[in-house]
Amino acid sequence: MAFENLADKLQSALKKLTGKGKLNEKDVKAAMREVRIALLEADVNFIVVKDLIKKITERAVGTEIMESLTPGQQVIKIVNEELTALMGGTQSKITMSPKSPTVIMLVGLQGSGKTTHAGKLAYYFKKQGKNPLLVACDIYRPAAIKQLQVVGEKAETPVFEYGKNDPVLIAREALKFAKNNNHDIVLIDTAGRLHINEELMEELNSIKNKVHPHEILLVVDSMTGQDAVNVAQSFNEQLGIDGLILTKLDGDTRGGAALSAKAITGKPIKFSGIGEKLEDLEVFHPDRMASRILGMGDVLTIIERAQAKIDTKKAQEMEKKLLTQSFTLDDYLEQLEQVKNMGSLQDILSMIPGMNAKKMSGIQIDEKQIPRTQAIIQSMTPEERSKPSIINASRRKRIAAGSGTRIQDVNQLLKSYEELKKLMKQMTSMTKGMKKGKIKFPFM
Amino acid sequence: MENKNKERPNFFERLKFGLAKTRNSITSRVDELVKYYREIDEEFFEELEETLILADVGIETTEDIVNYIKKRVKEEKIGDVTKIKDLLKEKITSILAEDSSNPESKDRPTVILVVGVNGVGKTTTIGKLANRYRKTGKSVLVAAADTFRAAAGEQLEIWCKKAEVPLVKHEDKSDPAAVVFDAIQSAKSRKVDVLLCDTAGRLHNKKNLMNELEKINRIINREYPAANKEVLLVVDATTGQNAIAQASIFKESVDITGIVLTKLDGTAKGGVVIAVKSQLGIPIYYLGVGEDMDDLQPFDPKAFVEALLN
Ligand SMILES: Nc1nc2c(ncn2[C@@H]2O[C@H](COP(=O)(O)OP(=O)(O)OP(=O)(O)O)[C@@H](O)[C@H]2O)c(=O)[nH]1
Ligand SMILES: [Mg+2]
Repeated sequence: MAFENLADKLQSALKKLTGKGKLNEKDVKAAMREVRIALLEADVNFIVVKDLIKKITERAVGTEIMESLTPGQQVIKIVNEELTALMGGTQSKITMSPKSPTVIMLVGLQGSGKTTHAGKLAYYFKKQGKNPLLVACDIYRPAAIKQLQVVGEKAETPVFEYGKNDPVLIAREALKFAKNNNHDIVLIDTAGRLHINEELMEELNSIKNKVHPHEILLVVDSMTGQDAVNVAQSFNEQLGIDGLILTKLDGDTRGGAALSAKAITGKPIKFSGIGEKLEDLEVFHPDRMASRILGMGDVLTIIERAQAKIDTKKAQEMEKKLLTQSFTLDDYLEQLEQVKNMGSLQDILSMIPGMNAKKMSGIQIDEKQIPRTQAIIQSMTPEERSKPSIINASRRKRIAAGSGTRIQDVNQLLKSYEELKKLMKQMTSMTKGMKKGKIKFPFM
Repeated sequence: MENKNKERPNFFERLKFGLAKTRNSITSRVDELVKYYREIDEEFFEELEETLILADVGIETTEDIVNYIKKRVKEEKIGDVTKIKDLLKEKITSILAEDSSNPESKDRPTVILVVGVNGVGKTTTIGKLANRYRKTGKSVLVAAADTFRAAAGEQLEIWCKKAEVPLVKHEDKSDPAAVVFDAIQSAKSRKVDVLLCDTAGRLHNKKNLMNELEKINRIINREYPAANKEVLLVVDATTGQNAIAQASIFKESVDITGIVLTKLDGTAKGGVVIAVKSQLGIPIYYLGVGEDMDDLQPFDPKAFVEALLN
């Protein structure tokens, strides 16, 4: 997918920008073209994209490029910050009623995941020691009540059903039942409906007026396209919603709908659904969603972590060594120690856009093994460390014996070193648009 | 949702009603553009691009279409903005038109495997298709191969009762491939014309679930080689660009033959199928325009584009 390398695209769009200083209007405009495409491919609504681009452009033009960032990374940083801000900044929780029970109503289009998420919420509250009740108000879809009953059983939560009676009546009776049976949370599952179906939207209003829910949550499929704004806006205008649940995020969608729905309603995304099982519910993280929409993995996290932890001078030296192909086993060891400060190397590598399991398969670095690696390398002669190619079978045997490891361990280390060297070479050419001496990662 | 009291609109009203939102928004936008612009300039093309993107056509296909129109405008020195609509219509129709015959044209026994991500309308579509085929005089059998989702079997059972077709169903959580296996034996011995297999909704990036689907597919190929085999991917019209990933990954596993585009009775335009067709060559067979049994239309590219743009 074209989108996976917004970082690369920005890099090349801003390639010519080699000097330090401020982002100028022309550069920003070039970058914004790529950002726009990326956001649209992520299904962020066109109007929302337009607003965002305007805002980002205003902010970016004239921005000082940070010492340690490339212009491309500087732009990404701004884009990411704006997206995160738009998505609500912090996470929101469910408002609990001071007077029990707290009534939560789930609404949304057909197939968005209401029933499943009613079950997940029941399970979620159950785990918090609450005593929830599920209410079956979908009287239309074939076997909807049965589905909720099965889900309820799994969540060990009773389900109030009243056949195919008027959903308003069902909700009212359920509330009575909850009060009589000490349920402190009432979760109302409603039928999926189109936001343009007046009759059914009216039905929701009648339920609302009867049971006065403390939270009306709109359940939105994260794969939704441009229409997300219409849906979210209609539900919010006609019924009034308190928050959103974003479902099916375990898929590979970029999830631009999240941004669209949030931007248009101003209502927070409270939960995300990340699987079909009961426990697959998460409190929503706006910052993670921003990187996801940008298709950047957690590139920003890397930028930040790297900035904080890596000794820039050392990184520069390392880059020089890399370019001159004089990267030795001593350097390798030093790299590993630096990386140890940043978190798992595999994790970090996997966060880099364009990096995948295949590319990484030859490298097996376990930071728990760093002491062993250290021992192995220290058992080598200085000559061996700077020229690993001379390490033949008998030397390997000696090194293994000297470091108290097995020959396989020595082999594995040498293999990892070669792979890392290869990979770094690749990455150096991949990012040749970057400013010289401004390498952020020890392995770049 | 059944609205039994209301008089049922006819075929064309239904098609029109189902597509009304699509049509209105695109057409009125194009009309607006046509009215607003005196000449075809860069800004005009940008607005055209916006129109298509808002319909979920996606940036890549949108750019292809707009570039094509730009080229034609330049080559033919078109100065008349009203002609844009014709060009647009012509271009989209040509993308959608090839290979759009549907399974009904085949005279052999047919096995139809219905697949898609969660909640798109697979089971409902099976109900609608069963009804449609039975009404055209075909004998139909349905296999309940969603043994995973809560009450999926019950849901399908209700649809089969409505459509008056028999159902092969096993216990919940049993092996879906075994259900399909049994259904095929039964279809052969009863000599049914169409066997429809419902499957559990699955996200295409879940390898183990896709493997399960491949297994079902293999069973069909192995047990019923004489049958005409179709694999229908159900796509929710509200889906954005992810539908392209859905189509391409499902296609790798089970060789999708056609698409059913559902929920066109909402405000979503389903324009992503244009991208799917143009990038992957998968034709659209049917449209879902509501929750009732006969809210299903065979796809007619001309009518679709006509309804989309006129
Ligand atoms: N408005 C509208 N709703 C539809 C259409 N097709 C299906 N639905 C509704 O969408 C919801 C999901 O439909 P299902 O048929 O259960 O979808 P599915 O793909 O089988 O779902 P899973 O098996 O759970 O993955 C139901 O409420 C259907 O009534 C359509 O064309 N228009
Ligand atoms: Mg189903």
